[in-house]
Amino acid sequence: MIDIKNLRASVDDKEILKGLNLKIGKGEVHAIMGPNGSGKSTLSYVLSGKEGYNVSGEIQFNKKNLLELNAEERAREGIFLAFQYPIEIPGVFTNNFLRTSLNSVRKANGKVELNAIDFLKIIKEKAKELNIGEEMLLRPLNVGFSGGEKKRNEILQMSLLEPSFVVMDETDSGLDIDALKIVSNGVNSLRDPERSFLIITHYQRLLNYIKPDFVHVLSEGKIVKTGDWKLALDLEDQGYGQFIN
Amino acid sequence: MSNGQEFIKNYKQGSDYAHGFVTDIETIDVPKGLSKEVVHFISKQKKEPQWMLNWRLKAFDRLQSMKEPDWQKPKYPKINYQDLYYYSAPKSLTDQPKSLDDIDPEIRKTYEKLGIPLLEQKKLAGIAVDAVFDSVSVATTFKDKLNEIGVIFCSISEATREHPELVQKYLGSVIPMSDHFFATLNSAVFTDGSFVYIPPGVRCPMELSTYFRINASNTGQFERTLIIADKGSYVSYLEGCTAPMRDENQLHAANVELVALDDAEIKYSTVQNWYPGDKEGNGGIYNFVTKRGACRGKNSKISWTQVETGSAITWKYPSCILQGDNSQGEFYSVAITNNYQKADTGTKMIHLGKNTRSKIISKGISAGHADNTYRGLVSIHPKATGAKNYTQCDSLLVGNKCGAHTIPYIENKNSTSEIEHEATTSKISDDQLFYCRQRGLNQEESVSLIVNGFCKEVLQQLPMEFAVEAQKLVGISLEGSVG
Ligand SMILES: Nc1ncnc2c1ncn2[C@@H]1O[C@H](COP(=O)(O)OP(=O)(O)O)[C@@H](O)[C@H]1O
Ligand SMILES: [Mg+2]
Repeated sequence: MIDIKNLRASVDDKEILKGLNLKIGKGEVHAIMGPNGSGKSTLSYVLSGKEGYNVSGEIQFNKKNLLELNAEERAREGIFLAFQYPIEIPGVFTNNFLRTSLNSVRKANGKVELNAIDFLKIIKEKAKELNIGEEMLLRPLNVGFSGGEKKRNEILQMSLLEPSFVVMDETDSGLDIDALKIVSNGVNSLRDPERSFLIITHYQRLLNYIKPDFVHVLSEGKIVKTGDWKLALDLEDQGYGQFIN
Repeated sequence: MSNGQEFIKNYKQGSDYAHGFVTDIETIDVPKGLSKEVVHFISKQKKEPQWMLNWRLKAFDRLQSMKEPDWQKPKYPKINYQDLYYYSAPKSLTDQPKSLDDIDPEIRKTYEKLGIPLLEQKKLAGIAVDAVFDSVSVATTFKDKLNEIGVIFCSISEATREHPELVQKYLGSVIPMSDHFFATLNSAVFTDGSFVYIPPGVRCPMELSTYFRINASNTGQFERTLIIADKGSYVSYLEGCTAPMRDENQLHAANVELVALDDAEIKYSTVQNWYPGDKEGNGGIYNFVTKRGACRGKNSKISWTQVETGSAITWKYPSCILQGDNSQGEFYSVAITNNYQKADTGTKMIHLGKNTRSKIISKGISAGHADNTYRGLVSIHPKATGAKNYTQCDSLLVGNKCGAHTIPYIENKNSTSEIEHEATTSKISDDQLFYCRQRGLNQEESVSLIVNGFCKEVLQQLPMEFAVEAQKLVGISLEGSVG
């Protein structure tokens, strides 16, 4: 699905990703753990096409050179980023934003755009599964949402857009245990042999609910260790110190 | 590195302006320049009664001792008033068309291109249209239906002939003839525009609207609109404006007067999309307009909503004189400037009566090298006990070569009044744009969505039929502002 080779990214003169290699197959769930400042969010932005980085290396996505596509083209190809800090857009109702988003992706993929009525049916059902009240859909996007609401709204968008590759950046931070379960259920119900996940987290607890196939440790812009889900338990016990000189 | 801060790319072409075509028809023009003869000529073309001609001539005399104001922020090269034409009419209309079917097919096509059907069978549901082409009104639809309930909706020229008592009573009663240079100029040479009278107790059952189209070159457009809502009546009125693309600047100096008597309400909406000039700032309309409403009766209300996206320079302050006790004035404005456009706009709320209330919501959006100024006056007079005003002025910057300014003037002479003012300035952030694009929207769709969100409160005030159009216009006028 995605093959990242010797990925380097810098801002101004500061190098953040320093030669990162990672291969994720179809249907696989990978977790990336790492201390603050190790470059996890930067990786998520570089994968999804945020501008402002000097990038070198290769990223192959379904045989395409991802680095040649801009952010919206990547989104339309099926890449989805659940943001660590979802952005507020005043005056734009969540409903309206989600429909605009879904329709631009559908249009790019040669599907008919949904009218307001058909869209409402779909969104209401999905919102219910994620325990999102309808009144939240009528509020401006992320404005005044609690931390938990913002994260659930990200998962709602994911389940609406049905992407083929999902990057989740610390979606679990700031969630209480109930919200964590709801979010994990949302993710698990989307697990599919055709869909891959890259889950960025600080804590092992999320991985109790969403069991990854592989766990990687990111330190100073490089993957320094890879293992199965038991690696996450190790990290929980012993911290990152053992991998960082 | 192309991140959102480094905006300002080319406005694709001047040709993005969809209404920029010219209609090829034969016209009658007056001799160039401003003179008594020209005033006589216009009045004669309109078959006006003597009193109307005298009124114009008086304005012409006053004008001789007046000076063009220059306190506004956007400066412009001196206009040579002797180098302009003051009248242009399609030749085919010298004998007024008897019915809508008699309209010159070329003109009819123009309106069809603009999406404004004139033939009643093809009408927009429930909207009566008056169409003004250069200096004359070419068609007013739905007249008969409105006549049945006593609503008068016709061109101002027709009104001077058919309803002289109303025109004489109210014309110049809100904007005095010698108010200021452009108002006086308009009083002398105004060409056409709409007249509306709503009788007591009548709620006008359809939107009334006028479309102004400047076609001829080197021609000023000086329209005049007068709307009177008699006791207990209601009317919603909308004006739209477009012009061809031309290299030279064209002057548009209209006067609009509204009068609301006891318990009456007038809702006046404008979607102004005059040609803004090309991306280098050549050409475009000078939109110097005087709009003023008098809430003359108790419990009356006047609400201005404007969406200003066009013109090279927009200079206007739709205002309310709140004379009647408990009367209300509202001003909702979106002003978008891109490339080298300039706007200096806002409102005046003059509180004279007791418990008068006013509300001002202004959203200024500036992109490219444009400059956008909100200028507003809230004036509370000594007798306006219990008056209240709420003002909110928000500016949104797209890029870092544009400017936004907020200049609120407050004069308070009554200690029982309450005045609230809020102002914010923000920028479209790279993070907002990226978030939208990550969800599949392209750059322009993202800007349009964010800006529409910013303007929502104002756009919501527009009649439903026009709100969707206005949203699209917001997107189109900002095309190319981010790159
Ligand atoms: N736009 C930027 N400009 C400068 N430094 C940045 C920028 N983005 C991230 N960094 C720096 O790069 C490092 C990695 O940041 P980030 O990817 O957010 O880490 P993580 O998500 O793992 O906490 C940090 O030291 C951070 O300060
Ligand atoms: Mg992070």
